[in-house]
Formats: sequence, C-alpha cells, structure tokens
Amino acid sequence: MAHATTEHSHAHEAHESHESLKVLGFWIFIVTDILIFGTLFACYAVLHTHTNGGPGAKELFEMPGVIAETFILLTSSFTSGLAMLALHKGKVKQLIAWLAVTAVLGAAFIGLELHEFVVLVEEGHKISSNAFLSAFYTLVGTHGLHVMIGLVWMIALMIQLSRRGITEVTTRKVTNLSLYWHFLDVIWIFVFTVVYLMGVM
Amino acid sequence: MSQHNTGHEHASAEGHGSLKSYVIGFIFSIVLTIIPLVIVMNGLLNKTQTFITIMIMAVLQLIVQLFFFMHIREGEKPRWNVMTLIVGIIIVFTVVAGSIWIMSFNSTMQ
Repeated sequence: MAHATTEHSHAHEAHESHESLKVLGFWIFIVTDILIFGTLFACYAVLHTHTNGGPGAKELFEMPGVIAETFILLTSSFTSGLAMLALHKGKVKQLIAWLAVTAVLGAAFIGLELHEFVVLVEEGHKISSNAFLSAFYTLVGTHGLHVMIGLVWMIALMIQLSRRGITEVTTRKVTNLSLYWHFLDVIWIFVFTVVYLMGVM
Repeated sequence: MSQHNTGHEHASAEGHGSLKSYVIGFIFSIVLTIIPLVIVMNGLLNKTQTFITIMIMAVLQLIVQLFFFMHIREGEKPRWNVMTLIVGIIIVFTVVAGSIWIMSFNSTMQ
C-alpha cells in the first residue's frame, strides 16, 4: 500500500516537472517575442519623425480611444489573474467565467484598435504613406495580432476546459495563456508610453 | 462565492498569488497609468522631465506585472525564466538604444 503510494507520487512528480518545464519553454517563447517587439520599437523610434511632409503623431492620434484601450487591457490582465485564482481553487465554472470576461475585454480592445486604424486609413493615412506610418502600423498591428491570437487560444481553451475540466494539462495551458496575456499588457504599456504619450507630448 | 474550499485555498495561496496580491497589482497598474497620462495631457513638466517620468512609470508598470501577475519569482531554482528574461532585455536595450544612437548620429553628420 505504502509502496503503491510512493510510486504514484513519483510518477506524479515526474509529470509535474515535465509540465513546469513546458511553462519554462513558454517563458523562452515570450522572450523571443520580446525581441520581435524590441526590434519594432527600435524601428519606430528611428522612423517616427519621417513623415514625408504629412502629419505627425501629435496631429494624428486621438487619445480618448487609446486611453479606453489601455484601461480595458489593464482590466483584462487583472481578470485573467482572477481566472488563475479560480484555477488553483479548482473551480472550473468560475475559471471559464473569468476567461470569458477576459475574452470580452480583449475583443473590445481589438474593436477599438480596428476602429482607430479604419478612421486613420479613411483620412488617407495609410501604411504606405510614409516611414512613420509604416513603423506605426507594423508595431501596433503586431501587438493587435497577438491579442487576436490570444483570443482564439482563449476560446479554444474555454471549450477544452468545459469538456475535460481542470487537469494537469489544462492547468499548464491556462498558466501559459495567462502569462501570454500579462505579457501583451506589458507590451501595450510600452506602446502606450512610447507611441502615444510621447507622440502627443 | 459562498462555497469555501479552505484546504485547497490555503495550498494555492502560497506561490500562485492571492486575491489580495492581484487587487494590489491592479491598483498599482491603474495608478501608474493615470500619473503619466495626467502629466502628458496637462503638460505639467518640460520635455525631458516628462520623458524621464513616463519611462520610469512604464518600467515600474513592467515590474508590477512581472511580480504581481506573472509570478516571476515562482518556479524551481535555478530560475531559468528570470535568466532568459534578463538576456532578452539586454538584447532589446542594445537594439533600441543602439538604433536610436547610430541613426541620430547619422542624421547630424549629413
């Protein structure tokens, strides 16, 4: 009996460390993503004054929408944290509910961002207009794309959670998703600071 | 909410953060967003001061997210996640600062 228990706990430990190794792997992925964004930030920093005679950041950016986006994303980072708490309490319904709230906030963020882009393009400020706008759309658009991928992932995970419940595997998946979502929030803070705040100051 | 799973709750409170730490992190992140916003929108400081202040706020915000939400200190030792993150940040700093430096040098030389 005692023997069986130890064997089980050994297997459990091995599996656990395997799962935590996958979380480390996800951290490494996040760092490679940081490198991508770092390069795009460098590009933007160098090119943001190259407007080819067109309007610059100060004239183009509408702060109310951007401020709303920022607070929405900060709140979604918090709600994904609450999802993590529900996960560790083993409450699957609460977990799915908080993920759903996070997804709705994420979708609202994407909606506002797309609206901003559409308004800019309609005014004639296209990605091909000048180097400043190329760098702007690439940097902000790459972040937006990441949020959209996060949304698809979140929805898929909500379906999986409702079918399989909380297991070691789904625990690791939710942990990684939560890391990814907080990371997107961090990137947005720098977009908000470097692109928007410095743009209008 | 009325359900209380005290045994589980206790075990999870260590290491994975608690409601309290998430709420504190959230409040910090809101405050750290409002401060630079107010400074920039009202033009309270001159250009250099504003630049320095809002960059400090952004870095503090990064630290809040890492410690309160991403639980950077968690996990087994040695902390490979922290090490890879530091390497990444050094490369990013080199790329961003280096690009700005070399490109501004280039434009003054023309």
